[in-house]
Amino acid sequence: MPALSPAGETMDRKLTLSIAVSLVAITFCSVVWAAPQARAKSVIQIWMWGGPSQLDTFDPKPDAGYDYCGPLNKTVQTNVPGIEIGELLPLLAQQADKYSIIRSMTHGVNGHETAAYMVQTGRMPGGSLVFPSVGAVVSLFKGYDHGYKSLIPPYIVLTQTQGRFSEAGFLGPKCKPFATGGNPNASRFEVEGIIAPGISDDRQRARRNLLHTLDTLGMALPTEPVFEQLSTAEENAYDLILGESSKLFDLSQEPAELRDKYGRNTFGQSCLMARRLVEVGVPYITINYGGWDTHKQHFQIMRRMLPEMDKGMATLLQDLADRGMLDTTIVWWGGEFGRGPRVDWEPPWNGGRNHYGQCFTHVVAGGGFQGGKVVGASNATGEQVAERPVSVQDLIGSIYELMGIDPDAPLPNPRGEHIKVLPSSEEMGIQTKGRLYEIM
Amino acid sequence: MKRNLLLICIHVAAAASLTGIACAQDASPYGAAGWPIPANSVDAPVLATLQTHNLAMRPPCSDEVFIRRVFIDLIGTLPQPHDVRAFLQDTSSDKRAAMIDSLFQREEFVDYQTLKWCDLLRVKSEFPIKLWPNAVQAYHRWVRNCIRDNKPYDQFARELLTSSGSNFRVPPANFYRAVQGRDPMAIAGAVALTFMGVRLDGWPEQKQAELAAFFSKVAYKGTREWKEEIVYFDSSATEPLKVTFPDGSTTAIPAQQDPREVFADWLTAPGNEWFAQALANRVWYWLMGHGIVHEPDDIRADNPPACPELLTLLSKELVGAKYDMRQLFRLILNSRTYQQSSVATEPVPDSARFACYTIRRLDAEVLIDALCWIGGKGEEYSSPIPEPFTFTPSTQRTIALADGSITSRFLESFGRPTRDTGLASERSNTPSDAQRLYLINSTDVRQKIENSPQLRKLSDSAAGDRSRLVGDLYLLLLSRHPTPSEQSAAEEYLRSSGLQGRQAFTDLAWALINSKEFLCRH
Repeated sequence: MPALSPAGETMDRKLTLSIAVSLVAITFCSVVWAAPQARAKSVIQIWMWGGPSQLDTFDPKPDAGYDYCGPLNKTVQTNVPGIEIGELLPLLAQQADKYSIIRSMTHGVNGHETAAYMVQTGRMPGGSLVFPSVGAVVSLFKGYDHGYKSLIPPYIVLTQTQGRFSEAGFLGPKCKPFATGGNPNASRFEVEGIIAPGISDDRQRARRNLLHTLDTLGMALPTEPVFEQLSTAEENAYDLILGESSKLFDLSQEPAELRDKYGRNTFGQSCLMARRLVEVGVPYITINYGGWDTHKQHFQIMRRMLPEMDKGMATLLQDLADRGMLDTTIVWWGGEFGRGPRVDWEPPWNGGRNHYGQCFTHVVAGGGFQGGKVVGASNATGEQVAERPVSVQDLIGSIYELMGIDPDAPLPNPRGEHIKVLPSSEEMGIQTKGRLYEIM
Repeated sequence: MKRNLLLICIHVAAAASLTGIACAQDASPYGAAGWPIPANSVDAPVLATLQTHNLAMRPPCSDEVFIRRVFIDLIGTLPQPHDVRAFLQDTSSDKRAAMIDSLFQREEFVDYQTLKWCDLLRVKSEFPIKLWPNAVQAYHRWVRNCIRDNKPYDQFARELLTSSGSNFRVPPANFYRAVQGRDPMAIAGAVALTFMGVRLDGWPEQKQAELAAFFSKVAYKGTREWKEEIVYFDSSATEPLKVTFPDGSTTAIPAQQDPREVFADWLTAPGNEWFAQALANRVWYWLMGHGIVHEPDDIRADNPPACPELLTLLSKELVGAKYDMRQLFRLILNSRTYQQSSVATEPVPDSARFACYTIRRLDAEVLIDALCWIGGKGEEYSSPIPEPFTFTPSTQRTIALADGSITSRFLESFGRPTRDTGLASERSNTPSDAQRLYLINSTDVRQKIENSPQLRKLSDSAAGDRSRLVGDLYLLLLSRHPTPSEQSAAEEYLRSSGLQGRQAFTDLAWALINSKEFLCRH
């Protein structure tokens, strides 16, 4: 990215300078801009692609009547007195002390693309810059330029990227997520490029030698920059292919019983894989969990998919807590919006829920977020925010703070403009109470 | 026992790599002894610039390098063995010029140049550009027809700038829809970038507003057909519009005249060097890999051209040829400057980089097409969103893919532009670890090699003749014959790898596909 590097360098220098200045400031106990103390090391984002129904999950409205609840009109009491969630999530009910439910998310946008962009970047679309997603920003501030050494890329997507907008935005290729491909629930999780079936390590080495022997153009131009990049990438690739790292993706090293608990399905095993990635220090993992765009056959799909989600996510929370990792790992559940509280019984929907950005639910756990709390509230039918509206800026800003990323820090960009990592709600002209300090 | 064999094979490979270093003593497959073509008008100003840096023009590239380079640059396609054989056997003195002309006639030329224009014009269905699938197809088809018919560039630009009507029925009207915003300033930004190679936000605010004024009467309305939209000139004003052109001249546009027409007149006037220079610089960048003004869409007073004489010459030639874009291509491609070898030892300072052919990793679309060509089966692309769903058959090349919203893991990973802004820097040909993992070790590449009908045919017809097999494989994958040391190292691997069946041959094909020479244009 030739356009980025000059501006990026300046920005980095500025950033370093600012950090230095803040350190001095901290020493003298003055109240000056400072990067927040990191409480979380990693984020596991469960991206509920398509927009999950809040009424059938974490914000049930059993008294709203059939037009709102459909056949799912029961709740389940959680292990936190006073908090009830949807009847299809009994296992998550037993973990409620570990997470907080934000029932008053709002942005008012009902189109997938725009809403997904807003929730993933914290920005409004428009203008000539396309902003990076939260994962790309975290990989910028916690990645290779800031002491991350592992060969495992700092931003991993299980298993496919969304492809709807470029996750890296203007930060470019170095902040793109590494999508594993493959299926963690298959007998062998073939992570694209890292695990190749049927080729022994010896043969890998032999043909790598052959590649070098026949590299006539490369030998003729030993200092060509593109060739140097290709060689470095090749070395890194082989370190992954032939090194210890490839074992990381071997889920058969986990006890069968634990794998069963997570659920023998793509989502369940992705949750397990995410925990393994956190264990080796990967700062950002997105589980792209699709299938929630339930315009039709909504309730049938809920009955099929929610038990799977319940198992995977509940086991993840328990497992992280058992290993003492939950304190430093944020688990973030939510989609681009929620779904219409009022069921659409008319054809062609015949009992579906459509897009709904006016009021929806996200869930956060760990990494400095308290558990057992509810933030905000929706009204009796779930159609409007009743208390404490929370914007995507409030939520994402809170995650950044816990990760030790100052939302006011400069974000390097191709224009070399002064752009913050994230604007606050106030700066966006949105009336809220700001970041989620009540649960941090 | 098997382990021993493998160990031996590693030793052999190591020994071969020593001889590989010695292969510099082979005649270089990349350069030619003397210039096969005369210098043309492009070369004098380039040479003058090189001399100010105490650099000479590099030696001519070999015929093998030339045919591969010009195929990739013009038609985004690797030459086939029969193309290479015929070209190498051709003894006529003007065979390079003839090859260039023949490539203009290829469908792939039209597809690949259309791809470049659609990057610039931001042709995609959704977010943040929201053309929608039907309009994408109409727009892409229109651009393609313009390239196919070699529509003069001034006319092409004028139609894009002045069209009104339905996005489905008047395709160039989509120019005004493929912008991240509908306000006059956003449109002006797209116009400046596309046709003037300028980033508008670098201009003083007043000049930005002056340019935006020309687009202050662009209006949009829906129809009763889903996602149809009409772009039109809002003629409701009663007062004339006072405007200032980017060069400072002013005029008053009568209320009933579309200001876009007036702007297009100014822009495409033969005396307006800005317009022709922006295109000349862009085409130079496409072919040479480095703009005379670099980056090619950042023309401004404090980013001057590295060789003003060259830029002036190219734009004069373009205007003189009545904006015939192929003539501009011809002029550059038939120069010694373009046909220099890229193998050189001396480092080139930034201000002379425009003067040397730049080694670049193949464009994402070109690379996946090349891999699919080897594999014998194209990619199938589809988009379930937005409606109407789009499916492209595997017989269609990736370079012919109309919609920037339709993507794949490969295209994402290999830096295909997102078509959000139209900036040239959106395309990233920088190698990455993830790309290397894919090429070295993915199931996808492995299957393409193992199931390749072409490779199978090669090994069948060689019938155990290793020498022929190696020669044919080099011609297929690298468009040249192997050097003697490559030939012997490759044969040695086939003979002594200890691998079963076609595995050693597969490894050889794998090694060539993973070579820098295959992955880069050079």
